[in-house]
Amino acid sequence: MNNYMKLEIPSKSQNEAFARVVVAAFAAQADPTIDEISDVKTAVSEAVTNAVIHGYENKTGTIVISATLTGARLEVTIVDYGVGIEDLEQARKPLYTSKPELDRSGMGFTIMENFMDSCDVISEPGKGTTVTMVKTFGRADDTEA
Amino acid sequence: MEVKFKKTGSTLIVKMFGELDHHAAGFLRSNIDAKLNRSDINDILFDFQGVNFMDSSGIGMILGRYKIVSLKNGKVLACNLSPRLMRIFEMSGLLTKITVYNSERDALTGA
Repeated sequence: MNNYMKLEIPSKSQNEAFARVVVAAFAAQADPTIDEISDVKTAVSEAVTNAVIHGYENKTGTIVISATLTGARLEVTIVDYGVGIEDLEQARKPLYTSKPELDRSGMGFTIMENFMDSCDVISEPGKGTTVTMVKTFGRADDTEA
Repeated sequence: MEVKFKKTGSTLIVKMFGELDHHAAGFLRSNIDAKLNRSDINDILFDFQGVNFMDSSGIGMILGRYKIVSLKNGKVLACNLSPRLMRIFEMSGLLTKITVYNSERDALTGA
């Protein structure tokens, strides 16, 4: 199956649930397991939440979510045009957060990396951030609990 | 997200229903903190039975409440975690701070 989708939303926290459900519904075409769908939902939620909180720092900007299905391979990209990330290596460290005062756990990128097969981040300060994640459904190592 | 509160002794029981994401975490945080300010509460028990989704915003919300009750030597407990939520708890190191029980009853009796 080959298919694609594109979704554009303002960076409101209400849209976090909307975005993850849309991508999960799109991915469902490839017949993933319930666990695989939950992995996708969680990873998309993390990326979109990062765009809302960090990318736009709770001001309103545009988030673009696109996804392609190539057979059982899902590739999903989340783009914001916000502040960008100065130090990517630091941002990706487990438990690191630039906003501890907001009760952020610093686990966003760790969850994306764990729940998807890959997670690539491109960011430029002042320009924005692009997160690209890939997951191929039906791989044995995805089904472990 | 919907939330129901119950108080047993000095424990605030927080029963959550729905999806615990960033949007819901803000709502929960203000509701819980209002209760923590007002009454004689030492411990918090989070009941996850009705939670069908949680991401790292949920972890952050729980850690934030843990910091508050820890100042008064209080504890944070959790019960009714699905295997998936358990995995997220493990991944984020929450299990070193929070004791997880099978049920609300077990949590309240410390079983």
